[in-house]
Amino acid sequence: MRIALFATCISDVMFPQAAEATVHLLERLGHEVVFPEDQGCCGQMHTNTGYYPEAMPLIRNHVKTFAPVLDGEWDAIVVPSGSCTGSLRHQAELVARDQGEEQVAAYAAELAKKTYDLPELLVNVLGLEDVGAYFPHRVTYHTTCHSLRIARIGDTPIRLLNHVDGLDFVPLPEADVCCGFGGTFSLKNPETSAAMLSDKMANIVSTGAEIVVAGDYSCLMNIGGGLSRTRSGVRSMHLAEVLAGTKEEPWTAPATTTKVG
Amino acid sequence: MTSTIENLAKKLKIRDWAEKDIEASELGWYPGHEQPEDPLRWGQRFPDGAKETLQNTQMRRNLGYATDKIRTKRNTRVDEMPDWEALREAGSNIKRNTVARWPELLEQFEANVTARGGIVHWARDAKEANEIAYSIIKQKQVDEVVKVKSMATQEINLNEYLSERGVQAWETDLAEMIVQLADDMPSHIVVPAIHRNRAEVKAIFEARMGDAPENMGNEPRELAMAARAHLRKKFLSAKVAISGANMGIAESGTLAIFESEGNGRMCLTLPETLITIMGIEKLVPSYEDIEVFSQLLPRSATGERMNPYTSFWTGVTPGDGPQEFHLILMDNGRTDVLADPVGRETLKCIRCGACMNICPVYRHVGGHAYNSVYPGPIGAILTPQLLGSFDHNDPASTLPFASSLCGACYDACPVKIDIPTILVHLRHRYTEANRGGVPSIWDVGMGATSKIMGKGKAMEVAGKALHPARVIGGPRRRIGHIPLPLAKDWTFVRDVPAPPAQSFREWWNDREGEK
Ligand code: SF4
Repeated sequence: MRIALFATCISDVMFPQAAEATVHLLERLGHEVVFPEDQGCCGQMHTNTGYYPEAMPLIRNHVKTFAPVLDGEWDAIVVPSGSCTGSLRHQAELVARDQGEEQVAAYAAELAKKTYDLPELLVNVLGLEDVGAYFPHRVTYHTTCHSLRIARIGDTPIRLLNHVDGLDFVPLPEADVCCGFGGTFSLKNPETSAAMLSDKMANIVSTGAEIVVAGDYSCLMNIGGGLSRTRSGVRSMHLAEVLAGTKEEPWTAPATTTKVG
Repeated sequence: MTSTIENLAKKLKIRDWAEKDIEASELGWYPGHEQPEDPLRWGQRFPDGAKETLQNTQMRRNLGYATDKIRTKRNTRVDEMPDWEALREAGSNIKRNTVARWPELLEQFEANVTARGGIVHWARDAKEANEIAYSIIKQKQVDEVVKVKSMATQEINLNEYLSERGVQAWETDLAEMIVQLADDMPSHIVVPAIHRNRAEVKAIFEARMGDAPENMGNEPRELAMAARAHLRKKFLSAKVAISGANMGIAESGTLAIFESEGNGRMCLTLPETLITIMGIEKLVPSYEDIEVFSQLLPRSATGERMNPYTSFWTGVTPGDGPQEFHLILMDNGRTDVLADPVGRETLKCIRCGACMNICPVYRHVGGHAYNSVYPGPIGAILTPQLLGSFDHNDPASTLPFASSLCGACYDACPVKIDIPTILVHLRHRYTEANRGGVPSIWDVGMGATSKIMGKGKAMEVAGKALHPARVIGGPRRRIGHIPLPLAKDWTFVRDVPAPPAQSFREWWNDREGEK
């Protein structure tokens, strides 16, 4: 398949390892990955903070950049982030409509049908549960809110993790409870956000895992930032990074030496 | 020097704190939230309210324990329903259609209540509802009334209004009674005393319930028996009762109350006069609709298949039950909510509290943080809409931001209110209402990032511009405390990684160049 990558703004500038691992993985599986250069941000942060007019240039740009998928230039759009997938599926159209941009809204709705969060693409579209990955670590998984309840990717990440060679999976208690990030929520309500984060960290530490994995670098920035501050000894990593490596060719993030945790 | 300290002590009102602390230690429970003037708007912004309640570790423990229990029960009772999703859909549709036909159905309801011997009053706002209720009580020349737990009367501060006019209203729901005895405000819409544990309840009874038995233990049974004995006298002597309603049925003029303790039934049947105050959104078109809600409500509220007591009454029946029945139909902002095509879905709410029990924000901060009688996710959308409060100076305008948008409330809601979407929509209304004037830090940030993040080229520049910040990260490659506005709120409990040596875009371009 020819797959267009939407790297997401946060992964592009702060956590390139997620997008890089996605490229690595899909190419290893024999697919062609394209990176449409004009891409920027999906507009989630502006929308969620109530700035619809400010979100519009972002939504317009996204729609324009990824419209070729509708002409069959690519087969699908992949996003290594559950919350951006959710935003593209549910907010882009809604905001454009609210702002009276019917055409953008119509395009956004069509694009949404071709847009997949990474685990969803692997399991539901490509029909894979075993991607041939090797990752010999004790791992727990945080189900991010938006992947679960907005993008509705179901248990696809767990099914993928269950097939990773060498991986010792420990379920996370209260995995589906929010980590307290919520974009600008963590800035507008810092104390409440910190209280939620501390519950999440306690649950992670209770599993005895070395690494907490999730499919969204926003949540991971929050959780990883807390785990680092408390010197917990637990690292955070994106699902794509766990799936990217094989026994023969272990995954090392080429341009990143920025792991928090 | 001493005088400076004394002045400072005065300014900080240290004496007040000390007195509060002494009072609390003598009481054996921490005083809750005092009676506000306006029950919908207590006066603090959500972040400030939360900062205060987060300190109350006892409350957080109680809440965590209680919400966990109810949630587990609710899940068990929902899981055993094969048609739960269909029921939710039905409940949602019934409510949505009712609100769309409000004028016609309300008139039908009024006509049917009147035909069965009830007297219908209309109240535009809290003031009118209170006045009508008081004028009826005054005619009866009583100075005591018994009450069934009701959010509508909480919303209008009826008890306070009556007490200022010499009428004592006794709450007969156990939890509501605990809250009333402690001069506290409710912390939940279904379980008002959810923030108290039994040791606190015992201490409250001992201090405030005149006829509390001696040597009472803190077993729930003992506490319930004490409350029962205390309330029995009230039931038998009261001539007037006040209730809310869970449902009003347009086609027959019937009202319904779903409850667990039986105190409601006592109030509804013993006194001679019954006054019911009902928010107009409690209407359903037909008797058949009860089938849907009597399955949705108890399961969502208390995790029971069916609540122990369900009472229906239609007008008056000579020789049986109250001989005079007044129904006060209250708007108090509800028709304003209807005017917003996105926000109006809020009116479907059946006040089951499921969204509170599942909410991780509520679980930590408790009901009082929301500074309104409607807390939790539903409160965050209902309160600002009822008040029409979108100005940044109004503390209630912070409520739509009191959520991480995790979506758990939407999945739990038995009538499928898309709370997260409404929250975002209300944030948008807030932003638009406050445009113009001095731009906030948010206006500036959102405007600036909007210009950069909508263009690939600008993102490339931004990615590059971040690299020098690696220096701050040092060899550990993490950034601790950043003493800048906003950033400091984030970094007080979290490290931030140093930016990468190369953005994804640069990595991609390098790789393409090599090909
Ligand atoms: S919003 Fe839904 S879950 Fe919350 S109280 Fe209302 S009906 Fe119940």
